[in-house]
Amino acid sequence: MEPHILSLILFTPLAGALVVALLRRDASRLIKTVGLLFSLAALGLSVWLFLQFDGTRGDMQCVEIIPWIPALNISYHIGIDGISLLLIVLTTFLTPIALLASWESVSVRLRGYVALMLLLEAGTLGVFMALDLFLFYVFWEFMLIPMYFIIGIWGGQERIYAAIKFFLYTMAGSLLMLVAIIWLGSYAASLPGGTFTTDLLRLYAIAPGIPMGIQIWMFLAFTLSFAIKVPIFPLHTWLPDAHVQAPTAGSVILAGVLLKMGTYGLIRFCLPLFPFATFRFLPYLAGLGIVGIIYGALVSMVQPDIKKLVAYSSVSHLGFVVLGIFALTEEGMQGSVIQMINHGLSTGGLFLLVGMIYDRRHTRLIKDFGGLAKPMPVYAAFFMIVVLSSIGLPGLNGFVGEFLILLGSFRSPFLDSPWYAIAASSGVILAAIYLLWSYQRIFFGKNEHPDNQTLADLNLREIAVLVPVVFFIVWIGVYPGTFLGKSAASTKQLIHRIEETRRGSYAGAGLAPGHEVRPGERR
Amino acid sequence: MPRLLTGYAVLFPLLGFLFNGLIGRKIRNEGIIAAIGCAAVGAGFVVACMSFFSMLGLPPEQRTLSVDLFPWIVAGGFRADVAFQLDQLSVVMMLIVTGVGFLIHVYSAGYMRGDPAFWRFFAYLNLFIFSMLTLILADNFLLMFLGWEGVGLCSYLLIGFWYDRKFEKGTTGDAAKKAFIVNRIGDFGFLTGMFLIYVTFGSLRFQTVFTQAATMTVGTPVVLWITLALFLGATGKSAQIPLFVWLPDAMAGPTPVSALIHAATMVTAGVYMVARCSVLYALAPVSMGIVASVGAATAFFAATVGLVQNDIKKVLAYSTISQLGYMFLALGVGAFSAGIFHVMTHAFFKALLFLGSGAVIHAMHDEQDIRRMGGLGKSLPVTYRTFLVGAIAIAGIPPFSGFFSKDEILWDAFSHGSWVLWLAGFAGAGLTALYMFRLVALTFQGEPRWDKGVHPHEAPATMTIPLLVLALLSALGGFAGIPQSLGGGNAFEQWLEPVFAPAGEKLAFAATHGNVAEYVLMGLSVAVALAGWYVARIWYLRRKEIPGLLVRRLPNTYRVLLNKYYVDELYDGAVVRPALSGSELLLWKGIDVNVIDRAVNGAAQSTAAAGRVLRLIQTGVVRNYVLVFLAGVVLMMGWLLAK
Repeated sequence: MEPHILSLILFTPLAGALVVALLRRDASRLIKTVGLLFSLAALGLSVWLFLQFDGTRGDMQCVEIIPWIPALNISYHIGIDGISLLLIVLTTFLTPIALLASWESVSVRLRGYVALMLLLEAGTLGVFMALDLFLFYVFWEFMLIPMYFIIGIWGGQERIYAAIKFFLYTMAGSLLMLVAIIWLGSYAASLPGGTFTTDLLRLYAIAPGIPMGIQIWMFLAFTLSFAIKVPIFPLHTWLPDAHVQAPTAGSVILAGVLLKMGTYGLIRFCLPLFPFATFRFLPYLAGLGIVGIIYGALVSMVQPDIKKLVAYSSVSHLGFVVLGIFALTEEGMQGSVIQMINHGLSTGGLFLLVGMIYDRRHTRLIKDFGGLAKPMPVYAAFFMIVVLSSIGLPGLNGFVGEFLILLGSFRSPFLDSPWYAIAASSGVILAAIYLLWSYQRIFFGKNEHPDNQTLADLNLREIAVLVPVVFFIVWIGVYPGTFLGKSAASTKQLIHRIEETRRGSYAGAGLAPGHEVRPGERR
Repeated sequence: MPRLLTGYAVLFPLLGFLFNGLIGRKIRNEGIIAAIGCAAVGAGFVVACMSFFSMLGLPPEQRTLSVDLFPWIVAGGFRADVAFQLDQLSVVMMLIVTGVGFLIHVYSAGYMRGDPAFWRFFAYLNLFIFSMLTLILADNFLLMFLGWEGVGLCSYLLIGFWYDRKFEKGTTGDAAKKAFIVNRIGDFGFLTGMFLIYVTFGSLRFQTVFTQAATMTVGTPVVLWITLALFLGATGKSAQIPLFVWLPDAMAGPTPVSALIHAATMVTAGVYMVARCSVLYALAPVSMGIVASVGAATAFFAATVGLVQNDIKKVLAYSTISQLGYMFLALGVGAFSAGIFHVMTHAFFKALLFLGSGAVIHAMHDEQDIRRMGGLGKSLPVTYRTFLVGAIAIAGIPPFSGFFSKDEILWDAFSHGSWVLWLAGFAGAGLTALYMFRLVALTFQGEPRWDKGVHPHEAPATMTIPLLVLALLSALGGFAGIPQSLGGGNAFEQWLEPVFAPAGEKLAFAATHGNVAEYVLMGLSVAVALAGWYVARIWYLRRKEIPGLLVRRLPNTYRVLLNKYYVDELYDGAVVRPALSGSELLLWKGIDVNVIDRAVNGAAQSTAAAGRVLRLIQTGVVRNYVLVFLAGVVLMMGWLLAK
């Protein structure tokens, strides 16, 4: 494979942002076209990467290392495994769709908008590629800035409040993560013959040996940061505001990709770096995941604003992902990985659809609609399919993820109780309630509002935006093997490593969990 | 037999759905749409027949065939394939679904003529047949669940087909949503059952699970939980207590839908599923008892509600719930093949009755209230006669089909169950005859009670031919299972015997045929059916004041029955409203807005406030700084001295 393929994918949107910034401010058509072309180029490259990727290997592939800050052993170290691969493809898939979706709805400061969308893509891709904690942190913070401006400039009425809330919430968590990163690096330096390092692969070998008393704090610092991003209950209240205020494309990327950075972080950092802390806290985190599933669904049910409804449904859906992760089984982990993709498609799709009706009616209140199936049959059909995907209907994508997560947590030796899965299964009922009820209020019944009677059905551009989403909703539902196969070896290795760690400390040296395990004692 | 044949039966309706669903809207010609829709199901029926006949040519133990298509969900140690299994049980179901389905498709071409969404109707019907065949033919629980949820989706889409119409107190959309959500509650049970099965047996394949189960001992605790969880799923799909509430509302859909989905096929999916898992149920006597009791209770209570309903489709809906109860009663006492036999005969006569009611509704310009009908027999001779055949069949009057299947169930309930179960079924049988002939009398007989302006006329041939075929099947279908006591060989039971043999071994019933009690009970159930018929004729044709007198004499009983025991109101008050207001007031406006966000905003505001206070100190005036500095020095000195 092309050795610098990852850098190529990472820098394509960056270059695009630069080119767009150099265009004339009023050449709006050109700006949009150039932006779209760059995002499509990144998509093309990542599809190629997907095809070339060896799904039978569980280790990092396409690795690139370039020294960056030699004094601290910090390097530009990127690489991917099957889990990051899927998220990268999701990111490059959703960005052109988001750009195309806002083709007509954004007209003010267009140049900045397109450039920021591309910067956002680059930042997100960096998060999914980074194998150096410091580099990861840089991308993590970097992507906040374009998102902040996208909400703050192109958002709705209360965009400033939402943008600041989003920014501060995330910053609060990530500062603690920075402390933990430095602490980790210093810990590596404190070992006999050790040096300061933030290299993830090296820390994988060192960090599990960190004494339990310290490991817990590091785990909590990382987890807090990721939990805010996911968001895990009760840290979710930035999400409804950010979603409701963000423009359509912002919501699509926010829900589709940015939230996954939190769950990805849990998988990539929390579990393998701090396995013992993970064992200690996983019942609580799985429990919070379940609370999120049920709480998010119930609150979603009573929302009068359709966008807020979808936002709270994200809390519910991401709760499933969290549960699957902390089940620490291959089924659950694979379910969580595919569920991240599914949520990107279905919730991204729902935000696209809500944006389309908002462009026409400039309202998102459910009570303003009713009977839309008559003037907009094509729109109603697309909406139905995406709703069914979100409900988890077998044959569509959502089911694959939810089923594997529930199955994995049901038989998880770590959770050691079927009640987690049984409680979470109630989310399956609740999802049907809040989504079908809102669907009914929007599309069924008599079309009585005069503004709703003359609504135009979807145009070709809008159909072109939705067709790829629906295509993959069906593909993953019918033949998920294409995608599950890419991440299977990686999740297997991750789970295997965690199980080894546990066995190594329980049986190997006869140590109780929580006992200090020095790196020297480990293989 | 070509191995892929089964796959085609599933594929044709899928193609029909894709064709009509994707380009049906562009095709203005109803003929083409209907032809494609019917042909897709007809082809499925041909495949079913071919499968059946080639099976006949094989010895019983070779009559199982499996077709692996492709892996569906594979992760870790878990694997579920898209794979089909054809055996004696699934081929019977396949014949029912495609055969009755085909007739109803043909009928729909006439019934739905002129509907602006004609194409959508046929697309949904084909999707339904596809899902139902997947459910029946799946070789593992997960694929069965795909069909299971798929038929639920089609039911939802078709109940809400006329999405802008009113229905009772709400809209058709309310009814559709209710059906889906209540079924989802059942699906929760199905899912839990699957998890338990996977943990216990390490697979979701029927063959693997049932082979292992056959070696287990009766009373294994985990099997109890598995079977109860699965049965919760069955009560949802097959409208049993406590989840039956969606089926009466499902009548909001077009009548062919009520016939196909909410009577003949989909609602029997729960019966099929329990029968498919017969060996598991045989391992759990407690579950069997629950299945039988729920079935008997549902059979009786639904029949009582059917007595007083005035909507022609509502009567049939409660009748369906009641008849499904009989099927579960059969399963619960271990008479699996009797349950499936009743699935078949019920598919014939209930499809017939619903299609007949559709012809009436059509003729009366969408009137469904039997109080405004009467004397329609003269204007609708074909409909009347076929409807009468259906009524005789469901009432259990020999030699029509319902007699054989229902009598077998009642006898098994008595001999393998208990006299209480028998009594519930027996009483239900009398009520069945009563409400059915009440319906016949009020609709087709007596004096017309409709406006002179209405001129009811017989339906077109596309609608009457299916009625005639179904009437023939309702009349003669029972001969497939003539019991030994009447000199038959019960061919139906023998055909299914290999499927239920493992369960039979666990249950180990003694042969009970040919004893005197059987003839006595048979005579009693025929007598009670005839009595029901006779009472209906007296009450609703000759001495019409009696029903009114009864209502006045027992006003509370009547009100309870008319309002279906207030179960809807109970669920609404106990579950729906508290959930809605709790979610809004406690969770959203309480916890989210008032607790979490107040804390977040409070943290932000106190940071800002702290900043404002600190800013006061930063006056920029040097003298103030010196003053503060001096004060500080003095304080520190004082503190040091005091120490």
